[in-house]
Amino acid sequence: MVNVSALSDPQPKLVARAVSVYYGGKQALFDIDLDIMSREVTAFIGPSGCGKSTFLRCFNRMNDLIDDCRSTGSMLLDGSDIAGPDVDVVQLRMRIGMVFQKPNPFPKSVYDNVAYGPRLHGMAPTRGDLDEIVETSLRRAGIWDEVKDRVDQPGTSLSGGQQQRLCIARAIAVRPDVLLMDEPCSALDPIATATIEELIDELKSEYTIIIVTHNMQQAARVSQKTAFLNLGRLIEFDETQKIFTNPSEPSTQDYITGRFG
Amino acid sequence: MPAEHTVKAFTEDLDKIERSLLEMGGLVEAQIARAVTAVAQRDSESAARIIEQDSEIDRYEQDVQEQVERLFALRQPVAQDLRMTISAIQIAGYLERAGDLAASMARRSIVLCETREVPGLYALPKLGDASHTMLKDALDAYRDRNIDQAKSIRHRDRELDDMYVALCRELLTHMLEDPHRITPGVHLLFVAKNLERIADHATNIAELVDYVTTGTRASEDRPRGRGFLMEGAPSPDDPT
Repeated sequence: MVNVSALSDPQPKLVARAVSVYYGGKQALFDIDLDIMSREVTAFIGPSGCGKSTFLRCFNRMNDLIDDCRSTGSMLLDGSDIAGPDVDVVQLRMRIGMVFQKPNPFPKSVYDNVAYGPRLHGMAPTRGDLDEIVETSLRRAGIWDEVKDRVDQPGTSLSGGQQQRLCIARAIAVRPDVLLMDEPCSALDPIATATIEELIDELKSEYTIIIVTHNMQQAARVSQKTAFLNLGRLIEFDETQKIFTNPSEPSTQDYITGRFG
Repeated sequence: MPAEHTVKAFTEDLDKIERSLLEMGGLVEAQIARAVTAVAQRDSESAARIIEQDSEIDRYEQDVQEQVERLFALRQPVAQDLRMTISAIQIAGYLERAGDLAASMARRSIVLCETREVPGLYALPKLGDASHTMLKDALDAYRDRNIDQAKSIRHRDRELDDMYVALCRELLTHMLEDPHRITPGVHLLFVAKNLERIADHATNIAELVDYVTTGTRASEDRPRGRGFLMEGAPSPDDPT
């Protein structure tokens, strides 16, 4: 039996209960129960096709965009339902931001990439307010010093690692509570990866972060809790240190030690 | 051993570390047995060979360390693989020290050949055999990942402590009877102490069997002897 609320007393930030997801007739996730704690990094690991990205996308309802995808069970953010039909998805995605595998800056300037969300949500009444949000977000994403002299240039002109940090700046500009990261470093070189990992470590003081990664050492490095999924089921969820030194489930052990299949 | 790694060379590397460790253990066992015989039979030629062989054990320890170092650098072992490799370094260390103790016994046996014989030391080969067997069993328990056997070995340590104290008393009696036996008696006391230390290293190895297998450290209360001439001292079992 998976311990869903691993070692935690305080109120979880996100709660998943009996979550199942279907793509047409095919079930991709089976009855997942999981608590995500506030201001921690939770990593989802598992082989390709195990459902970790599908599960991640449940948290901000990205699966809604897929025609034949439907889900059951309940998902709560701070105790409120996020899966219901009357939830404002735009508002939800403001609170739960997302960073994708491939850096995907808008074909706009660095400044406008970050300013896009705050403008959309009317968060900055004056140009000065907007300047401040842009600068703060770029600073928090650890990229301000590199782009402060060229915020008018296109975001796509930056290097891959810089683009990814720009996307993180864009995601945090609307002051979300939660950041979802789907393989945020898989297109980056080791140095850019280290920069992002350092950034994740800093961001966790303000945000709840869920990261999907194929790189198990990355999960070990950046997360406090790790969930191992396989074939659409949550196999084990525990302190990251426990998972990587002495996991309880044999299949977790087989996966992290490279003995899978 | 669990299923094989997808990368076969990883499994091979782990197997090789284990093999080196067990070969090293076999060598140390032989050194101990030979050293006890060299002392009991006053065989200085055999003792010289034992001293020579000790460098081979040192090479094994270094080899295990280098293999583990390489594995850490290249493969970043986790979970059971991590525990196994960390334990391998520790076990190699215990074995190296047990090997040193055997060499030290051999050196004393050479000096003992020049001194008056202490008669009727039946307890010495007995202690030697018990200590040697304990190390062998600890290594077998490690090889087979046999937690029960490891536990029984840890409990055997007390028996061995008692044998050690009995031998020391016997030696003390000989020394009191004949002052010419003081020099050989003191050397033999050290030999007995070495055998008792070897059993401690065997106990340490037996403790690692739990860690490698389950990830938890062995922590049962086991009886421990006070030690020779330590009757007035606080017991090691008393809370400090």
